[in-house]
Amino acid sequence: MVEPGGELFQSPDVEAARAFFRTKSRAMTDKRMTVPEAVKRFVHDGDYLAIGGFGSVRIPTAALHEIVRRRYRNLGFCGHSSTHDFQILADGGVLDRCDISYIVGLEMRGLSPHGRRLVESGALRTTEWSNAGLGWRYKAAAMGLPFLPARVMLGTDTERFSAAREITDPFTGQKLLAVPALFPDVAIIHVHQADIYGNAQIEGIHIVDRDLARAAKRLLITCERIIPTEEFRRHPERTTLPYWLVDAVCEVPGGSYPAEMPFEYTSDEPHLAAWVAAEKDETSLQAFLERQIFTTRDFAGYLALNGGEARLAELRAAEPLQRPEPRG
Amino acid sequence: MPETGRYTLMELMICATAHLLEDGKTALIGTGAPLAAAMLAQKTHALNLIILFEAGAMAPILEKLPISVAGSSTQTHALVHSSMDDIMESCQRGMVDYSFLGGAQIDQFGNLNSTMIGADYARPKVRLPGSGGANDLASLCWQTVTIIPHTRRKFVPRVDFITTPGYLNGPGAREAAGLPANTGPYRVLSTLGIMGFDPASKRMTVLSIHPGVTRQDIIDNTGFEMLFAADLAVTSEPSDAELRILREQVDPTGMVLSKTMKE
Repeated sequence: MVEPGGELFQSPDVEAARAFFRTKSRAMTDKRMTVPEAVKRFVHDGDYLAIGGFGSVRIPTAALHEIVRRRYRNLGFCGHSSTHDFQILADGGVLDRCDISYIVGLEMRGLSPHGRRLVESGALRTTEWSNAGLGWRYKAAAMGLPFLPARVMLGTDTERFSAAREITDPFTGQKLLAVPALFPDVAIIHVHQADIYGNAQIEGIHIVDRDLARAAKRLLITCERIIPTEEFRRHPERTTLPYWLVDAVCEVPGGSYPAEMPFEYTSDEPHLAAWVAAEKDETSLQAFLERQIFTTRDFAGYLALNGGEARLAELRAAEPLQRPEPRG
Repeated sequence: MPETGRYTLMELMICATAHLLEDGKTALIGTGAPLAAAMLAQKTHALNLIILFEAGAMAPILEKLPISVAGSSTQTHALVHSSMDDIMESCQRGMVDYSFLGGAQIDQFGNLNSTMIGADYARPKVRLPGSGGANDLASLCWQTVTIIPHTRRKFVPRVDFITTPGYLNGPGAREAAGLPANTGPYRVLSTLGIMGFDPASKRMTVLSIHPGVTRQDIIDNTGFEMLFAADLAVTSEPSDAELRILREQVDPTGMVLSKTMKE
């Protein structure tokens, strides 16, 4: 039996974080680049990676594939509400440690067989959290605080196998759980619109991406489309992320496929089911990855292999949410 | 089992869950059976039930059953497209009345395991997803309802891993752990009956048995000593009107209704 007390993968040192953010560029420069360029430049072996969206909703699939295609090693991962995003990285063999609030599961789509094998074999170092606990770790980091007090996880094995600490409220004496700030080395978020500098709009729910974007040291944005900066000046209330948080902007229409993108297109359920089926054993998984990722040059190649624009048009037609009317 | 031909066990459980939801309350809903129950409640007795999804949708008017708790289908006609932190902070502030959970194992105090099966955390026999939002909701919401198939493999003396807090090891344990006062498991809806928790001992207690199920069925399928209420009832059956709404409006494609509650 492993001794309780989970490993803390990232330092919650706010002085170190401030020193880093002091040096982060504020330059309003054209940050457009291809996904391979952005990944190569900003993701390094051993980095701790966090992904925006919610597993099968608004995920940066193109960047996830590129990380697998480039055969990164020893990445840490924040498994917050992660389903198909974790599945891609786990199948690609790029991870060696993971904070977990939700991995392996695929919501209504069952469990990932390979994700299970990976954790059950002991190949991944893991630390447990809850969705709120892990989300508030991003919030603490976004606030520049070393931790936030919370009233979750207390009294459970989730707490025992976490890296949180119990503290006492100095005002009332109440027992609380301190969840440490989480500053990911690199975060990747798929958004609806961005300008060439990295100003970004997310439509619909944003899950924990406001906090994640502010907590991350480096931030890569993939977007459905590039729009003029003037649009942000006209509707500043719609800006989710300002450009100075962002290091790279990649225009990838359909970039969340086969996951859904609210207001744009729905998920490709047969493709997601085929992915789970391919995980039944190592041989079939490797053949699947070879075909889908390693022998396709880029995301456009992957999309073309799976029905291309015609398939995307079907998924667009099936999307339940209508894009908001332009205002003003 | 109560497969009378008029309704299925899944339909009985969805309707029984819907009956727990009062009008004008807030309910944090996951996908599957609880969502079907919330939609049914909204279309029958609880028109002003405020549905919340953990990823950030607030008070949507649902058109179809969502596959993901963050998907577009959770956001249709919503009053607010917010965020998970806003939802979780609402729970922590005391604004959320109901939440619904599932799990691989449950014990007599309502503790739930959705993390791993086995004795060694580092080498689990079966790795499961982990807490997700379950620990948060069970820690923070006023009334937590668990929906779970009733077998000895699931109703166990000791869960392999306490992912999500029930009454922990008994009376006073939640408060001692620092969890918010007056919270804890409210109901467990199984394939055999509806359970509550004894106010003094916090032990699971059968309140009603589904039609066609016997007391002995429950004893035989429970891995711990189950208590039975003195005024043990029979679970109320779905009305024809409820079944019609459920089949025609809530789940016309059978995404949830076609499933069976099993291991």
